[in-house]
Amino acid sequence: MSMSDHLMIAPVVVPAIVAPVAMLLMRRRRDVGLLVSLGGCVAMLAAAIALFGMAQDDAIRSYALGAWPAPFGIVLVLDRLSATMLLVAALLAMAVLAHAIVTGADRKGWHFHPLFHFQLLGINGAFLTGDLFNLFVFFEVLLIASYGLMLHGQGALRLKTGIAYVVVNIVGSALFLLALGLLYGLTATLNMADLAVRVAALGPGDQGLLRIAGLLLTSVFALKAAAVPLHLWLPRTYAATMPVVAALFAIMTKVGVYALIRTVPLIFGASAGAAAWVPAPWLLPAGIMGAVIGFVGVLVARGMREQAAFAVLASTGTLLMPVSLWREGALAAALYYMVQAIFAGAALFLVADVTMRRRGQYADATVPSPRFAGQDAVAMAYLVTAIAVVGLPPLAGFVGKLLILDASFAAPGWPAIWATILCTTLVGVVGFSRSGSSLFWKPAAPNADPVAAVLRRRTDFVAPVALLALLAALTIAAGWVAAQTRVTAAQVMAPQRYVAAVLGSAR
Amino acid sequence: MSLEFLVASAIATLMAGSIYLSLRGRTFQVVLGLTLLSYAINLFLFAVGRLVVDRPPLWSKEATAHADPLPQALVLTAIVITFGMTALTVILSLRSFLESGSDQVDGRVERDGDSAA
Repeated sequence: MSMSDHLMIAPVVVPAIVAPVAMLLMRRRRDVGLLVSLGGCVAMLAAAIALFGMAQDDAIRSYALGAWPAPFGIVLVLDRLSATMLLVAALLAMAVLAHAIVTGADRKGWHFHPLFHFQLLGINGAFLTGDLFNLFVFFEVLLIASYGLMLHGQGALRLKTGIAYVVVNIVGSALFLLALGLLYGLTATLNMADLAVRVAALGPGDQGLLRIAGLLLTSVFALKAAAVPLHLWLPRTYAATMPVVAALFAIMTKVGVYALIRTVPLIFGASAGAAAWVPAPWLLPAGIMGAVIGFVGVLVARGMREQAAFAVLASTGTLLMPVSLWREGALAAALYYMVQAIFAGAALFLVADVTMRRRGQYADATVPSPRFAGQDAVAMAYLVTAIAVVGLPPLAGFVGKLLILDASFAAPGWPAIWATILCTTLVGVVGFSRSGSSLFWKPAAPNADPVAAVLRRRTDFVAPVALLALLAALTIAAGWVAAQTRVTAAQVMAPQRYVAAVLGSAR
Repeated sequence: MSLEFLVASAIATLMAGSIYLSLRGRTFQVVLGLTLLSYAINLFLFAVGRLVVDRPPLWSKEATAHADPLPQALVLTAIVITFGMTALTVILSLRSFLESGSDQVDGRVERDGDSAA
């Protein structure tokens, strides 16, 4: 094994080392702690770029932890899909961390940096692992860190919504364990590649249990992805937490979608008997309802953070529609949409933060306020972000929606998908124009109090503008990115290659 | 009565109690419900390796057959995680009660119907 083979574990090891070191340093030497935290993030980004480059040769790599051979030990698996997700997570993390440091949000509580890196550890691990129980453990790691981050800064409202968030996720984890227990009882394995082989070989007597296990597992992932009707925890949680934390959480629902894309074609694919494509009939209605509820929420939201939370819901719904078809072309379009939706959702939360810091007592409420410092720049950033989120030309959201429409044409249920995407986009446009004009255009009532806060520094624009620049890059390089997602989808939809890569490499 | 029936009904009873308690309006009852839920899940996980009596989970010279050791390892991991989670929920409920003066899950202040419960 050469050094580059061990690079695969870097996205898990780097945050695992950085988090405790940052925690110890933060108390005495804040500047050094900050350097370690930022350095860890840069190292993670470098590793993600290197891994993305490695995955370009179309090979699927498996890394046996502790050198235990494949079905017995835990393996990490790197293919195009996990490499892409790692890169997206690292880029997002960089922007969020920079914004937290620049705005001083990381100083509102003691442990922002360690929690942030533990969160990344969980997210990266979930993208890399090739073992279902290990996926459960990484989900727990990212959830536990997210509980801490969600409560960062505290306050009664945050605690109240925090309880609901924690309880919902504990029940979700219990269901996850139930599904794992059923699958283990049926197949005596938890390695995903081994599961794919053994599920296909199950006898007729076990088909009922297999179907239950498949539905339980996918409903847990749907809960993490906030697919309707399992979405009720999301809007209040994301609206109550700090915007910079919510920006990082923009990738969390997509981790649920990633888990669906990873497990369904592999384990519950065409060869799985009674459990073949088991969540498919549920995902399309969930996606349609998610897009509708999300964009209607964007229209009726009373604050920018609430609006951004519903925008995340809407993007997950839009994403689930093409995913539910389980076709290569539709999956490729969905992946393109997913990448840009993560950046756009995060940018919307960061713009909300930038606005809140300048509007003083008016905070993020969509009501007219007297003019505040930097209003024009904020309004411009909000306009561009809204265009990206809602999917209007020229930004990547439009390309993503166009790809989805094109790929789902003539698939079963395509009129519903087309109608939903076109109508909800219109609702979204109306919603963002309405809130944008109340926030930045309408004059305040003559007797309104002047804005208390005066903030002239512009450094907090860096992170949201960087995310918007990424979105612009995704648009300019749309041909290359779409080609990437096409080969990625082809790899995902050919599970026998994954199985051969994991089980064949057993030493 | 078989061992399977006893274990299955124990899991079912715990599960029923946990669902009832988790749906209550107060944080303390919800915490108890989640604890029962984790007991039910742990028992279930323990049983997925099939119920066997008098067999060692690890290799021994005398034994001719073994119990499945993996579910026991899984249960251990699950216990540690749910234990930590329960502790977190307790602290969170307590802080929420102290900050908002209400132990309702939705944070609302005492309603008439609940004062007797």
